[in-house]
Amino acid sequence: MARAAVLGRLNWLVGQLAEIRQETATARTLVLDVPGWTEHLPGQHVDIRLTAEDGYSTERSYSIASAPNGSRVELTVERLEDGEVSPYLTEVLSPGDPLELRGPIGGYFAWHPEDVSPVLLTGGGSGVAPLMAMARTRIASGSTAVMRLVYSTRSPATLLYAAEMQSLAARDGRLTADVIYTRAAPPGWSGPVGRLDAGRLKELAEPLGPGVQCFVCGPTGFVEGTANLLVGLGLGARQIRTERFGPSGGTS
Amino acid sequence: MPVVSRGFSGRRRPAKANLPPGQYLVQDFPVLSAGPTPLDGLKGWEFRITTESGQVHSWDWDSFRALPTEDVTVDIHCVTKWSKLGTRWRGVSVDTLMAEVETSAGYALARAVGDYTTNLPLEDLLDGKAWIAFSYDGQELTPEHGGPARLLVPHLYFWKSAKWIRGIELLDQDEPGFWETLGYHNYGDPWREQRYWGD
Repeated sequence: MARAAVLGRLNWLVGQLAEIRQETATARTLVLDVPGWTEHLPGQHVDIRLTAEDGYSTERSYSIASAPNGSRVELTVERLEDGEVSPYLTEVLSPGDPLELRGPIGGYFAWHPEDVSPVLLTGGGSGVAPLMAMARTRIASGSTAVMRLVYSTRSPATLLYAAEMQSLAARDGRLTADVIYTRAAPPGWSGPVGRLDAGRLKELAEPLGPGVQCFVCGPTGFVEGTANLLVGLGLGARQIRTERFGPSGGTS
Repeated sequence: MPVVSRGFSGRRRPAKANLPPGQYLVQDFPVLSAGPTPLDGLKGWEFRITTESGQVHSWDWDSFRALPTEDVTVDIHCVTKWSKLGTRWRGVSVDTLMAEVETSAGYALARAVGDYTTNLPLEDLLDGKAWIAFSYDGQELTPEHGGPARLLVPHLYFWKSAKWIRGIELLDQDEPGFWETLGYHNYGDPWREQRYWGD
């Protein structure tokens, strides 16, 4: 079992927002420069702390979307209508502003670039972020592991990392990306539209062989459903690592 | 001193809600677990307490359910920051299970289906502080929330309340469990915000 790269105390660090990338109408990627950052494994997350002028403060967890890269850390934040923290992060925080965070946290839902087993990454909605970190790390590290990213999203309007998704898909036979549109597909789309079902998942997972290592991340319903389908394909519980966001858990 | 997030005012908690530091209130019940939900239900279900000298006390589902039960209403606090207040459970007090168990162990390791373990001092399971819960909010405990039965030890972060529990090992020496070896705090007191190693 993988062990964490977490050593000693996780101190609060003060990052600075270096850049913003608007991903969709409601999601943006925050590119942070974090002096003192300990390089993460893809899949790990950070805790963010916001503090108001009167001292009120609150914390949330966000998955890291970027490959390890010195003191750079990228988080993709989806604005939730009734969220307390995400509206601030997506609408108020501006380049140059400080942001308190600590991490990296978690060592089970993490991909180790030296691991050569085939990998199936299945993400629903903004649950694709830590999986994107894994795909990006595979490229950056020169790993030759077979890796397949399956990303389920409502429509082209909600597709995160749109341009990169295309270049990933076209990369080489050993790293592939498949987008599943559940409600509406782009013009000219020839594939099916609808939820990832047993048949489709079987087609995608089977070529990876019985030793495939699976990472599933997304809303609770998506993760429960997908993990159960993978068990149904005969995979063992130890091959399936999950990260779930409740309707209000995890990120808001 | 924390850094002030300019332009952030936040949503204040209701005055009555007493939350540990860094937590926010939820009304729903988020699901968090490291792998797929075991759907075996009661098939082969057995609960075992193993003492430090190797003595085994075990209950099958029927003998477990024949034990006296308690209804408890407690607040729960997840290390991922959500807290839920006034959750209603029914279960068997760990005191009841321990009544016939002779031990001088100082530590306990809860074991669940698969690889999941979590450790805590034995005293944190005793004196009305912990239950093996099989019902939530008047309903059978669902698999995603740990059914058929989970540990409920609400005064610690909720990962200590092992879902799909199958037993407790009593130990002379503390043995860190699953999350405790992955960077999470060995004890996990929400009121002291013991989330991670070194907190």
